[in-house]
Amino acid sequence: MAQPFALDIRGLVKRFERPAVDGLDLAVRTGEFYALVGPNGAGKTTTLRMIAGLLRPDAGAIRIGGIDALANPVAAKRIVAWISDEPMIYDKLTPREYLEFVRGLWSVEPALAAARASELLDWLGLAPHADQRCEGFSKGMRQKVALAGALVHDPQVIILDEPLTGLDAGSARQVKTVLRERTRAGGTIVMTTHILEVAERMADRIGIIAHGRLIAEGTLDELRTQAGTKANAQTRDAGSLEETFLALVAAPLQAA
Amino acid sequence: MSAAGTAVWFARHESRLVWRDWLSMITAGRRERLRKVVIGIAAFFAFMHVVAAWMVGRYADVAIDKQTLVAVTATVLLSWLLMISQAMESVTRAFYARSDLDLILASPVASDRLFGVRIATVALATTMMALPLAAPFIDMLIVRGGWRWFGAYGLIVAMGCAATTLAVALTVALFRVLGATWTRFVAQVVAAVIGAAFVIGLQVAAILSYGTISRVAVLRSDTLLALAPELDSVLWWPARAALGDGLALACLLAASLILLAAAILFAAPRFGDYVIAAAGADNSSSVGARRSTAFRGKSTPRGTLRRKEWVLLRRDRWLMSQSLMQLLYLLPPALMLWRSFGQGSGTLQLLVPVLVMAAGQLAGGLAWLAISGEDAPDLVATAPVPAGFILRAKIEAVLGAVAIIFAPFLIALAVASPWHGFVAGGGIAVAAAAATAVQFWFRSQARRSQFRRRQVSSRLATFAEAFSSIGWAATAAVAAASFWLAIAPAVLTLLVLGGAWAMSPRPRDA
Repeated sequence: MAQPFALDIRGLVKRFERPAVDGLDLAVRTGEFYALVGPNGAGKTTTLRMIAGLLRPDAGAIRIGGIDALANPVAAKRIVAWISDEPMIYDKLTPREYLEFVRGLWSVEPALAAARASELLDWLGLAPHADQRCEGFSKGMRQKVALAGALVHDPQVIILDEPLTGLDAGSARQVKTVLRERTRAGGTIVMTTHILEVAERMADRIGIIAHGRLIAEGTLDELRTQAGTKANAQTRDAGSLEETFLALVAAPLQAA
Repeated sequence: MSAAGTAVWFARHESRLVWRDWLSMITAGRRERLRKVVIGIAAFFAFMHVVAAWMVGRYADVAIDKQTLVAVTATVLLSWLLMISQAMESVTRAFYARSDLDLILASPVASDRLFGVRIATVALATTMMALPLAAPFIDMLIVRGGWRWFGAYGLIVAMGCAATTLAVALTVALFRVLGATWTRFVAQVVAAVIGAAFVIGLQVAAILSYGTISRVAVLRSDTLLALAPELDSVLWWPARAALGDGLALACLLAASLILLAAAILFAAPRFGDYVIAAAGADNSSSVGARRSTAFRGKSTPRGTLRRKEWVLLRRDRWLMSQSLMQLLYLLPPALMLWRSFGQGSGTLQLLVPVLVMAAGQLAGGLAWLAISGEDAPDLVATAPVPAGFILRAKIEAVLGAVAIIFAPFLIALAVASPWHGFVAGGGIAVAAAAATAVQFWFRSQARRSQFRRRQVSSRLATFAEAFSSIGWAATAAVAAASFWLAIAPAVLTLLVLGGAWAMSPRPRDA
């Protein structure tokens, strides 16, 4: 039986000099596209890094696909992929070699991974460059290689931190298409973004985080209701996520 | 206040950058350490004066004969080759590694002024690097032998200018002959070979002629004295300048400054083109790569990680040259091993510490690349394998590479003398493991391209790594003669390693 929540976070806390994440509760359903938005320093990246196993929380619980990610990180990592805004790939490897390397790390069957790699390279328009080293690639191509690496082991949950930053329109569209396909196939996506239009168009639900806490969550309509901005729907931008976001974030910022 | 875009304006800009870079290097980026660092440098400088007085004080009133001229010329030549090596490094970096070049080349100012200033800065930096090292010796010679030794300072300035001129000429020639893609790699190798050539050459000559690795044997030999030119030869001018001959010094200073000015006038207007060519060099190497089988076949995550480390090292010409350069110093021991094969174990004793030391140094560099120099740390950290597993794979990759490189030496040594082979093998394993451990304790995430700066990031790690290699080399040298006597240097080295571990930063997070 499928888990109701692909990702379930309870009371997550992480402090550096000050609390970066402060008792965060978050639940993302299987097959859902969830966008996490918030002002700079709100704790978005810290949260995602804890989910991906790159940071250890000071307190709280993280369950991924029903697995306790803090007690059994290796099992949790097996079903998760992480992509950051700065694609971290190896300049001296080709995209195909990079995918083979990822396949080795995730212990995927070589034949299965090879077929999946070819499909991904075609899909992302990387096939003509599959056997060239990544050192001369543009930011967009590097991000696509990283995305292919994230998908080659067929993860159930994909965590993306600002994946569209610095991408041109064509590359951004390709990445968005791949992510949409992924959710259609039953995958779960949790993504942070500063481009509110992307969150508005792509996400099933949006969470707004400020000062390390989730201050609002829901579909765009639910958020509008929470922000009370529907009444202003006469003006051009009224009711957009941007206005809703600003209305929701302003209160905690003023209170801080 | 100078007008923007003039040579003086660029000189101010460059000197500010160089000063801040240097300050950051000696304080490891923490300005509050500056006072302690200044006190430390002053104390070291004073100590070096005592050492210099002991080493060269007795030569202050030396007579100018052939023996003296040969010895001084050899010292000057060795220093000059090291300065050329240093200048080549700096000039190559000016082409490839300065992040402000795009800004400057895209601006409307004449870039040849900047490059002119930059060549002059390389000359200044090369001279300034040599002066503090030579100053204690020159000062003590002045104290004991009078002001005539002051000329040695002038000679260092002349050597710095001449070294930079030659470095610029060599680099420009490499660009023209090889193009941008290969220049960096070849220039690095040439710089290292130039730096090591003289010492290695003397050692090779000593081994072939006298059966010893000591280079002094050649310099003091009757054969060399017989071959040396007469006392009035121009070839002795550098030595004469160092010994206080004012005319020789003035001629050398004038000639080197004219050569440097000519190099600036000739090369500065062309540097812009070279920099643009260098900027595109990496891209061109990626085109047309054939389909690789590096990661083919079924493999465990640990095996995959090991392969990745080896593939990345093999493919990065620059890193490869940086890592393996120190193996140049294994050439004399290899030659000695070959010469003394089947002639008893006496000379083999000398080889054991050389091999152990080289293994420690090589392992330190490789361990930094594998542990700290991970270009995709998030990918590896999010892989479904335990953290200890990843670390073990990386250590295996390092030790495997060391084993492959040193195996031929060890086998030959073991055939010649099983005991020496056994001691060298043990020493290599321990030195490599210790250097790897130091890199693990002081790990901090960095790009592989920051390899050159690794020694700046932690002075303590650099000291611990160097002392560990020296300590294990000493232990192995003593053990080759008497096993039980080796306990003392081994314990001392372990204490230093223990101290480094105690002072190493504790990881704050998983």
